[in-house]
Amino acid sequence: MTTAVIGQPIARVDGPLKVTGGAQYAAEFNQPNQTYGVIVGSTVGLGRITGIDVAPVLRLPGVLAVFSHLNAPKLVYAPHKSVIDPADGERLHVLQDDRVRFFGQPVALVVADTLDRAERAAAALRVTYAAEPLVADIHDPKAPQVIALVTAQPGFRLAADRVRGTPDTVLAASPARVDAIFEIARENHNPMEPHATIAVWFGERLTLWSKSQYVSNEKAEVAAIFAIPPDNVRVICPFVGGGFGTSLRTWPHVTLAALAARALSRPVKVVLTRRQMFHTTGHRPRTSQHIALGATADGKLTAIFHEGFAETSRYETYIESFTGQSEFLYACPHVRTRYRVVPTDTATPTSMRAPGEATGMHALECAMDELAVALDIDPIELRRRNEPDHDESAQKPFSSRSLLRCLEAGAARFGWERRDRRPGSMRDGRLLIGWGVAASTRSAAQAPCDARAPAGRRHGGGRGRRLGHGSGNLHLDDTGCRGHARPAGGSRAV
Amino acid sequence: MMPFRLEKPTNERDALRAGARAGRYIAGGTTLVDLMREEVEQPPLLVDINALQMNTIRAEGDDLVIGALARMAQVAAHPDVLRLQPLLAETLIEGASPQLRNMASIGGNLMQRVRCPYFRMLDAACNKRAPGAGCAAIGGFNGGHAIFGASDHCVATHPSDLAVSLVALDATMRVRGIGGERVFPVEALFREPGTTPHIEHTLRPGELIVEVRVPGGRHARQARYLKVRDRSSYEFALVSVAAALDIENGVIRGVRLAAGGVGTRPWRLRPSEVALIDHPPGRASYGRAAALAVEGARPLTDNAFKVKLLSATIVRALELAGDVA
Repeated sequence: MTTAVIGQPIARVDGPLKVTGGAQYAAEFNQPNQTYGVIVGSTVGLGRITGIDVAPVLRLPGVLAVFSHLNAPKLVYAPHKSVIDPADGERLHVLQDDRVRFFGQPVALVVADTLDRAERAAAALRVTYAAEPLVADIHDPKAPQVIALVTAQPGFRLAADRVRGTPDTVLAASPARVDAIFEIARENHNPMEPHATIAVWFGERLTLWSKSQYVSNEKAEVAAIFAIPPDNVRVICPFVGGGFGTSLRTWPHVTLAALAARALSRPVKVVLTRRQMFHTTGHRPRTSQHIALGATADGKLTAIFHEGFAETSRYETYIESFTGQSEFLYACPHVRTRYRVVPTDTATPTSMRAPGEATGMHALECAMDELAVALDIDPIELRRRNEPDHDESAQKPFSSRSLLRCLEAGAARFGWERRDRRPGSMRDGRLLIGWGVAASTRSAAQAPCDARAPAGRRHGGGRGRRLGHGSGNLHLDDTGCRGHARPAGGSRAV
Repeated sequence: MMPFRLEKPTNERDALRAGARAGRYIAGGTTLVDLMREEVEQPPLLVDINALQMNTIRAEGDDLVIGALARMAQVAAHPDVLRLQPLLAETLIEGASPQLRNMASIGGNLMQRVRCPYFRMLDAACNKRAPGAGCAAIGGFNGGHAIFGASDHCVATHPSDLAVSLVALDATMRVRGIGGERVFPVEALFREPGTTPHIEHTLRPGELIVEVRVPGGRHARQARYLKVRDRSSYEFALVSVAAALDIENGVIRGVRLAAGGVGTRPWRLRPSEVALIDHPPGRASYGRAAALAVEGARPLTDNAFKVKLLSATIVRALELAGDVA
């Protein structure tokens, strides 16, 4: 990995297009004879649809169709899982039955000749439900805790229960102890560009202009849902207006656009509203973590407990693997991690900006801060005293590790020696201020990738574009060209 | 969005006539268009008043006069506002976002609808949206709702920052309708929900806010707006306080105090003001005033924190106001 770009004022290849409005996003590829689909979401969190009053809506101006489980074509939903799909469970089959599994689940798609008319008709559609008592809170006594399946994906440290040494007895005997609970609310990605798909069928071939961080998987997923050859599906997405992980999976609105376009033999555009962006396109799950640290009087970690649970849906087991870093970030002979998922009546969570790592690091680093206070040791010094010389979890050398150098350089630039660590001791005018530090680590998974791009073309034609730093690496934006793209999640300079 | 008709009168007489035909006035549209898109509001006739000459800002002696069509950003940056009533500039900058402040008018700011989430959820019960339907907030998530002035029918807070400071400063407003002109205190514009939460203000049908007048005074130089919220910008107040002090020879001679985020209308804190007069500025006096302010607060299931927060915010706002040289 090169660090040559860090700190350099490098122009992004697509910067001028983006800041001048020249970049064309999925929803902007309007097609001749295009129609507009608006999703109607469930207003109950669990239950059955008992009625959909379609007739009055079909009489509204411009309305072409109302798709629901009552009339939608049965879709094959052939088995398909990519690296981004939960290993356990089955994705939502949209409009295939009367079941409501979570609030906001699409229960109908209203299609009209203009967006205004489609919105008006969608708002007018009356759907009735038989609601059932639901569990949406991971602390609900009725919510079961389930041991997550362990999946061995490259670069991910997933295990429901892991232990090394004898942490229980060591913790009890440790001179210094910290014990804390960390609750993190659900977080939703809501990037500037909402999810959007325009679907057009040419006979048995489907073209999708669709917001996606992973076009090659969208192609495979849609092909599986409709049981057509993958080569019959082309997915085009030259620009992603903020992904943060929400556009890695292929969500139900893509299926809805394709389903309606085929039934109507016309292009259909579906753009999610801001509100709908909170319902069906994944989120960082709510988590509850418990951390206990044991240490010697001079700040050497003796034991680490990191355990907790996260929400998932009833139909898929999404794993927010937040305990992995606690096993190797610091030197510690006795470590126990324990991970559970809590199925609730919600949509399936998904990757969001350092999924798991961000969650777990927050808890571990808060606990380290508390330990520093308990021992009256400078928090940078505490970390220095617990620097490992190898990955004690994997029992391997680190491929790269710069934490101490990073802390030292940061402390020098920050003027850390001027910090007074007594609470309430530092002021900026009327404001009480405090200086703090936290470490973070994330796996740097690598996988093979190839693509071909015509020489001499920077823009246009959309044949794979190097987005450069901050946007994944080589980002394949059109499955119509040859090559195999990895998902554009995580950021790595190349 | 429901279909609607749009009229764009070029003079006030035509605008008032359209208003008298039950037209809804629209200026910046930053609230109304959102609500129309969600079908919370479904006005059949919109009257675009942007062509009217009502956006001037001027000083008349120590008084500040602000046209109802002046934009939030324009008012916040105006030299006469900064000179005569810096509290208003500070208050405006604390509200909304730069884009919204460029669009939103002063009249529209005062007329904005509540931010209660249930008001915007067509599937939830809301007496403001559908009189008699009930109030989903009372048994629902009500951490952001009112501790003063609520009823069994509505507990939504008034969302405007500007209104809080205008009420504190004893501002008046001039309104016109086809029946003539009225001038009354800005404070008298707002109604508590009572049994009719869908009636939010005291304007008569078709009346149009023309201008707002803010009287000057010694307190205007020692005035601060302190807004406490879940995130530090582009967010409505959990609690806000406008505080203005007139201190002479180490004694408070005059004080204006009003709170936002806690009442179903901008909440003037007169008992606290009375308690401060003739007392020395400082935490002891401010603490007594704050204790008086929260008397009679009626918290809901989720918003008891606002009682303590209001008390602390009053003390801090007065301290900040006292610091202004």
